[in-house]
Amino acid sequence: MQPPLEAEILFELRLPARPERLTLVRAVVQRAAETAGCGPELSQKLVIAVNEACMNVIQHAYKGDGSGQFTLEARKHRQQLIFRLTDHAAPVDLDQIRPRDLDEIRPGGLGVHFIREIMDDLRMGHLPGGSGNFLEMIKNIE
Amino acid sequence: MKYNTREEGGYTVIELDGEVDLSCSPEARKQILQCLDGKNSLLVDLSGVSYIDSSGVASLVEGYQAAKKHSLKFGLIGVSTAAMGVLQLARLDKVFPIHSSVEARLQADN
Repeated sequence: MQPPLEAEILFELRLPARPERLTLVRAVVQRAAETAGCGPELSQKLVIAVNEACMNVIQHAYKGDGSGQFTLEARKHRQQLIFRLTDHAAPVDLDQIRPRDLDEIRPGGLGVHFIREIMDDLRMGHLPGGSGNFLEMIKNIE
Repeated sequence: MKYNTREEGGYTVIELDGEVDLSCSPEARKQILQCLDGKNSLLVDLSGVSYIDSSGVASLVEGYQAAKKHSLKFGLIGVSTAAMGVLQLARLDKVFPIHSSVEARLQADN
């Protein structure tokens, strides 16, 4: 499902799926959030969530091999910010994308938890024809 | 990310500076685990950390677990506001021993 057509585009980025690009992603998300009227605390939370989502694409969709690209778009629609992440990796098993019990102290699995804690709504799925995956993260802003 | 290590009060203190993200958390992890392999108790100084992601936090968790396994002490000192926000999201602010400084940790040890 695409964001509403009347949504205002804040940015569209196409990036190689490499960890070194995350610093650029964070800078752009920070500025976009501020432009949309978010205060410092909310902007920082959005940076965290979007960074984690991009990390998941780099590490899991493309298995860290650095070969792929992903697209990150941000739109504002009324009082919502909508971040849409698209990759062209093999379809991921959507059932595997779930947060874990934080009572268990172990290194992995925190990223999905961060995204779900911060964002108000998530939509994820496969692109038509198995050509990739998308994740939409929606945040209600005052 | 930059780092440096020093010895203080019987601890190895590894100071991480800058952004600890997926591009450099493997190096942070390596340094943390190497320090513990040296059989010293470890404090990680996060006062200069402007950003840390889940992979950076995972490195700290691995250090915590490695220290426990080898009966060494582990803790965080000088946790920046940015780092504390992420530790709170992960509910690890109540798991890691956190102090403002090495001195505060040494006092707590006694």
